[in-house]
Amino acid sequence: MSETTHSGPMLAADGMPLKRSLARALRRQKLRALALVAPLLIFVLLTFVTPIVSMLWRSVENQIVPETLPNTIVALQNWDPTAGELPGEDVYAAFATDLVAAVDAKIHTKLGTRLNYEMPGISSLFRSTGRDVKKWNLETDGPFKEKFIESDKDWGDIDVWKTFKRYSGNYTSGYFLNAVDMENTATGVQLRPEDQRIYATLFIRTMWMSLLITGSCLLLGYPVAWILANLRASTANVLMILVLLPFWTSLLVRTSAWKVLLQQQGVINDLLVWVGLVDDGNRLVMINNQFGTIIAMTHILLPFMILPLYSVMKTVPPSYLRAAKSLGATNWTAFWRVYFPQSVPGIGAGSILVFILAIGYYITPELVGGTQGVFISNRIAFHISTSLNWGLAAALGTILLAAVLLLYYVYDKIVGIDNVKLG
Amino acid sequence: MKTTHLLLAASALAMSAGAASALDLTLVSWGGAYQQSQLKAYAEPYMAMHPDVNIIWDESSAEAVAKLRAMNEAGNLTWDLVDVTVSDSMRLCDEGLARPIDGATELAPAPDGTSADDDFGATRVNECFVPQIVYSTTFGYRTDLVGDTPPTSVCDVFDLAKYPGKRSLQKRPIDNVEWALYCDGVANDDIYDVLSTDEGVARAFAKLDTIKDQVVWWTAGAETPQLLADGEVVMGSTFNGRLFSAIAEQNQPIAMLWDRQSFDIDGWIVPAGLSAEKEAAVMDFLMFATDTQRLADQAKYISYGPARASSAPLVGKHEVLGIDMAPHMPTDPANATNVQIYDYGWWADHRDDIDAKFQAWLAQ
Repeated sequence: MSETTHSGPMLAADGMPLKRSLARALRRQKLRALALVAPLLIFVLLTFVTPIVSMLWRSVENQIVPETLPNTIVALQNWDPTAGELPGEDVYAAFATDLVAAVDAKIHTKLGTRLNYEMPGISSLFRSTGRDVKKWNLETDGPFKEKFIESDKDWGDIDVWKTFKRYSGNYTSGYFLNAVDMENTATGVQLRPEDQRIYATLFIRTMWMSLLITGSCLLLGYPVAWILANLRASTANVLMILVLLPFWTSLLVRTSAWKVLLQQQGVINDLLVWVGLVDDGNRLVMINNQFGTIIAMTHILLPFMILPLYSVMKTVPPSYLRAAKSLGATNWTAFWRVYFPQSVPGIGAGSILVFILAIGYYITPELVGGTQGVFISNRIAFHISTSLNWGLAAALGTILLAAVLLLYYVYDKIVGIDNVKLG
Repeated sequence: MKTTHLLLAASALAMSAGAASALDLTLVSWGGAYQQSQLKAYAEPYMAMHPDVNIIWDESSAEAVAKLRAMNEAGNLTWDLVDVTVSDSMRLCDEGLARPIDGATELAPAPDGTSADDDFGATRVNECFVPQIVYSTTFGYRTDLVGDTPPTSVCDVFDLAKYPGKRSLQKRPIDNVEWALYCDGVANDDIYDVLSTDEGVARAFAKLDTIKDQVVWWTAGAETPQLLADGEVVMGSTFNGRLFSAIAEQNQPIAMLWDRQSFDIDGWIVPAGLSAEKEAAVMDFLMFATDTQRLADQAKYISYGPARASSAPLVGKHEVLGIDMAPHMPTDPANATNVQIYDYGWWADHRDDIDAKFQAWLAQ
């Protein structure tokens, strides 16, 4: 009897195999859960994941060159750039065909802008020759090599054609190389000349100054959070206002206030001169340098450290400290062995918040950082809104994103991300 | 009771219908006193003549090219007329983001019949650009911090022995490298030839190196007037209109140094791809706002020179202060004896390259 029941699959009450019946119930449950989170999921996909993916895409995308110059790219395949000779008439003729079509579609200057990032001068080359090309007849006006060089002698510059050939693919590593101070030259990938290297310095500076700011926020924020957590609720609430009030004030106002305080004719210097600590001729330089950036950003980011610390410390029962002391621990031992370990999740949360915010800051460094206190984000903003080299901005942003993810991974390995609490 | 409700509802409906039929034009400018002058000289008279048009302002000109490019990619154009500098207009025209404008048919001729293109002359740098004003980036100095011999030449900026103290310069290579080469002895006509070589760029930076530790770098036009007013710097470069308002309107102890002022032009572009209705409305406004009288009117509110030759004789007095505006214009012959001619085409090619070097130099 028992043998027969065990040989077939176990059945549910309606006669279906139990396994399938269970799976169906589970699937329905999962679908319902998915439907519930769907609005959020779609929102995150549209507003967060898509922009990031499209940014990553921009940092390698180079389709404008093959799309605008299809015939030239094919003709250039047979040309050997290392031979030191200009390409032949076939390339120039193919280029004339492409350029006439591009001028018709008014996209030749766009291509000029793109290639000007790789070789200064190409932008005006396309703009000026674009005007001449309008009058050309493709059937009868050859040979085009002479015509191009007559239009602008730079078409006889072999480097222009090398640039075309080098950047003829659908994808390019050019932006990423630029973002790490390297370039793709005729002799291969190499470091840029010393007077053009900037991004590595800025990446390193952004990292260590953000660390410094996180450290000083922790140093200043920890005692404040401790006092807030251990005062009577009514007093703590009043003090909390003092923490939150600056938090609610405009970022620009707070940054400008630091300018008024720190500049050479500012409040602090005036005070020091008046007291006699500083000579009037040697007023301290406290702004438009790294010091200014660190001071202003520590102040601005301090609430992001204090708030998680406070909410974690609130959960530590004061009786633990009393118990430790009653068992004979000194004040320091009681703090270090009993209290501090319990506040570590707050430190972790506050530090991650402050560090990640600091890495992406650019308004404050721009205003008070001078030349030595600016971050990589200032360059990213510059390339987005001023130089319009979005490919390079995307490459820099991608590297920054990767660096943050890497740091997060390292943090998870060392401290453990489970060990982070916001309250 | 019921009738009043009905009446209220009816009038509300009528009002909303009226509001819907008015055409909104979004103009983009730089904010501040400059935008105010455009509002007074162009927008308010135009709206008085055309009650069905409603002009809305956006202060995004500093990011105009980036934003127009983004709008174009997203296919959602929300701007109708944008105030930009020459170099930005060139980029917008190059990328096909701005619409070409025919000077013969779409712009007003001068009162004497001269065509708009001839009246604007060299200031109409490209077919998409309708110039409004000529402004300059030039130096101002503290009159009480320079002793008895006020600076007379731009090279005094590089003379730390004669004029000790900090200077403020714009945080970009444009203008600064030209001034550096000029003061290093390069002739006016050779500046861009010298800058086209690596050695020339290095030479400009070497000259700037001599004052580098005494320079405060600014990014917003309001910074230099502020730094001068606070006594943080002895002299500094900024837009001439900013210095005018610090001197004439706020009575700060500041004076102008017009030597080697660097001319630039500001004007309108019409974004490509507007709907036919919007485009017609914008072109009508543009023809009005860039005619001879309107450009001259703008000079009542701000010390920027009108871009039309025919407007210059019409420049009058400041609307509030009542002072003669002509001597405060960068284009005034007394101020324009030694001018830095900023080469837009050259900078369009070399901007990215020299900027990379400039940033690396700053970071050293």
